[in-house]
Amino acid sequence: MSVVDRPIVSTETAGADSYPEHHFLNHTKGVLSWALTLDHKRIGLMYLVGVMASFALGGMFALMIRIHLWNFQDGWLDNKTYNQVFTLHGAIMVFLFIIPSIPAALGNFFLPIMLGTKDVAFPRLNLSSFYLWVTGLILFLTALSVTGLDTGWTFYTPYSIETQKGGAVLAATFGVFVLGFSSIFTGLNFIVTINTMRPPGMTWFRMPLFLWATYATSIIQVLATPVLGITVLLLSAERLLGIGIFDPKLNGDPVTFQHFFWFYSHPAVYIMILPAMGIISELMSVHCHKGIFGYRMIAYSSIAIALFGFLVWGHHMFTSGMADVTTVVFSALTFTVSIPSAIKVFNWLGTMYQGTVSLNTPMLYALAFIFLFTIGGLTGLPLGALSTDMHFHDTYFVVAHFHYVMMGGTLVAFLGGVFHWWPKMTGRMFNDKLGMVSAIIVFIGFNLTFLPQFVLGTRGMPRRYATYLEEFQDLHRLSTVGSLILGFGLVTALVVLLQSLVNGKKAPRNPWGGATLEWMCSSPPPHDNFSSAPTVGDPYDFSKIEYDGRVGGYVRKD
Amino acid sequence: MTAIQDTAPHTDHAHDDHHHDHPSWLAHHFDDAEQQYDSGKLGMWLFLVTEVLFFSGMFCAYALYRNRNPEVFEFCSAFLNEKLGAINTGVLLFSSLTMAWAVRASQLRQHTLLVGMLAATLACAAMFLGVKAVEYSHKWELGLLPGKFYVAQLGGHHGDPKGYLETLCVVPMILTVLSALYYVYSWVVNSTFHKQVAGPLLVTGLCFFVGVFLGQTLEAEAADSHGGEHAEHHMVQGHVDHASHDHAAAEHTEHPADGAAAMPVVVASAGEDVKVMKEQLATPDADVNQKSMAGLFFSIYYCMTGVHAIHILGGMAVITWLIVKAARHEFHEQYFGPVDNVGLYWHLVDFIWIYLFPLLYLIT
Repeated sequence: MSVVDRPIVSTETAGADSYPEHHFLNHTKGVLSWALTLDHKRIGLMYLVGVMASFALGGMFALMIRIHLWNFQDGWLDNKTYNQVFTLHGAIMVFLFIIPSIPAALGNFFLPIMLGTKDVAFPRLNLSSFYLWVTGLILFLTALSVTGLDTGWTFYTPYSIETQKGGAVLAATFGVFVLGFSSIFTGLNFIVTINTMRPPGMTWFRMPLFLWATYATSIIQVLATPVLGITVLLLSAERLLGIGIFDPKLNGDPVTFQHFFWFYSHPAVYIMILPAMGIISELMSVHCHKGIFGYRMIAYSSIAIALFGFLVWGHHMFTSGMADVTTVVFSALTFTVSIPSAIKVFNWLGTMYQGTVSLNTPMLYALAFIFLFTIGGLTGLPLGALSTDMHFHDTYFVVAHFHYVMMGGTLVAFLGGVFHWWPKMTGRMFNDKLGMVSAIIVFIGFNLTFLPQFVLGTRGMPRRYATYLEEFQDLHRLSTVGSLILGFGLVTALVVLLQSLVNGKKAPRNPWGGATLEWMCSSPPPHDNFSSAPTVGDPYDFSKIEYDGRVGGYVRKD
Repeated sequence: MTAIQDTAPHTDHAHDDHHHDHPSWLAHHFDDAEQQYDSGKLGMWLFLVTEVLFFSGMFCAYALYRNRNPEVFEFCSAFLNEKLGAINTGVLLFSSLTMAWAVRASQLRQHTLLVGMLAATLACAAMFLGVKAVEYSHKWELGLLPGKFYVAQLGGHHGDPKGYLETLCVVPMILTVLSALYYVYSWVVNSTFHKQVAGPLLVTGLCFFVGVFLGQTLEAEAADSHGGEHAEHHMVQGHVDHASHDHAAAEHTEHPADGAAAMPVVVASAGEDVKVMKEQLATPDADVNQKSMAGLFFSIYYCMTGVHAIHILGGMAVITWLIVKAARHEFHEQYFGPVDNVGLYWHLVDFIWIYLFPLLYLIT
């Protein structure tokens, strides 16, 4: 117990680093103690398990698609099933995995600890967010089992009004509505926590950059998600009551649906990528053992991305029918988003420059992120430009572009974050060598999957087609092989993590040499995080963090 | 809306540096009452932001279709009874006053006054819904339904009820009876707490029916004074009776205030405004009076007022929760956040109605 109750920032001794007897995982026991927990760490872990399971499900659909496309015709799925499979792949990945992945799982676990508080501001709201997420999951699985959601994850009208799969559309849109509230409540909770619960000394500019990124994300969640809520609600009313607002047969306007939808779903792209950028800022700094380069610019650029993100939704609709002036304005605004994104990338590179790079699993994932995100970002420019987008729209170029950002960006950063914080969450070290192998396989498999899709797109291969011309077959097969390698790499990563639970060695408090508050807690953290308000310093000052061979980790020398 | 946290055992270890002995109303993870209050308040304001954005989608839809088909909005607005709308506006404004008063009472430990004010707010909400039930059921009887269910021919005579209002009244009736039973029980056990909860609930249930009565009286009055039946009869034919239209126009020049009875298409609403409006309409009624025109207006009307009514119901649920807490004397000058925050929410619901009323009822 002495370990738990020790004031957090003090001269550490070797003895203080032993595995704590009492921590949040064994604080209380039984299924109910998890199901009804108000502890943000347990909720975060439940989310982590949930989003990983969703990812596995979505990933299976992805592999089904890739295997179907092995031959240019006569794939193993019929055309209707193919439509359903890509719809479920997209919808599950977007709504059940990527959006909650980093904020709800890692954010929930680490935001209060990195901030130095006992919990988020509204623990019950936090738990209800989780159960809303579970409800959304069930509704999605219903849509899956009554088979037939075949609208694509975007639910574009009028098809979503007219498709025979009415029950599936209703279940799925209601699922999206519920998931939206889950997301709103998480964001609201984080904003309030950061605004009102920072302990003495934790000024805005002493917050770790992961918190800045989470804060920016939360702003988007709170401001954009309600619009999605009303959009899918109106879509449900469209199916149930035939209100006609989006139905051209009743003088309604399907393009209005697209505006409403993308008003949320473009900012949602930044809900997905901003927390990933926050993770990379942490990983870069800790594993280079060097203060983050351009702290303020990274912090401001997170907010800038959140704000710019609201002004560019029209670039999804250049071919849908908008006034010429509108398209030009949306195109111009789209390019402004590249500025804060580039600021971040250059600052990460600046952090690595002359740093002491520890080439370990989290760092490898972080490096993979920078490479893949840069490609994803740069290929966004031709899609933001009107003249080129007219040709690239709805081709595999778009598919490759957003997979580079979403998967190469968010998923890879998520994995990096999971590996980075795994010792803290579970108290166990994973096998770093095997972890690095998984990162390399993921990197190779990812590029093999999606680089050919850029080529396919530029040659005119449309997205969402179940069959294609024979000339595209070689590139498609390359992509399919890549996806299998990628799947293998992801399974390897999972095995490495699970194996650490079985026979990983116990983690020290600070295995990587981080200076943020979570590394001052024991691994895993005690139930209350901090028995007294921690003393807050510069989160990126590594001058006092030194390696101590006796504990197998880093300690703070004051 | 920070609620009290159960003080879990883990908060009990005594730390030297733990200066705050956490009272039951202070959640374990907050340092003091001020932090808890500020968090709750900020959380509620953010929630209200999401609410405004939630409604903004429908306001956008409204703006789009009104801009595209202004004549539809002018035509259909005449079917909304602005007297009922005005009464509901007044009821909600009054309930905002009682809600604000409740916040004050909670700060001053005036527990009985607090329960009374919350009860008044809750009763106003019920009265609002009672009036709304009359409005909805009346429109359903006329076939003024959303989108594809809109019945282009305004079916049947006014005195041809289909039992919609009775259906809408079933659940409130059950709840009122249950409240009455609960009220009797509270007197049997003679518990002040139960009386303070049951009384407001019973009054609320009765106020719903006051609203229904008020709504029906005014709706019937409007129908009578404008010769509703005659007008509807013409609408059934589905075209404009040109002869009587001309007649009405002629009358209008002579007796500006008294030409309503001859109007062919007026259904139960203000006469002369509609007539003037009708003269300005370039399109014939047959164009407006169809699913893709008037139907769309009623889609927007039902979506906006329906979502608003759901928010009223949500507000009633949390106000009931507050009444229970208030009857337990839980609020005081350091812990009144829940009353304050529910108050904020209630003002927003009121505020949205203040926009809905002119945008839907007062177009012409």
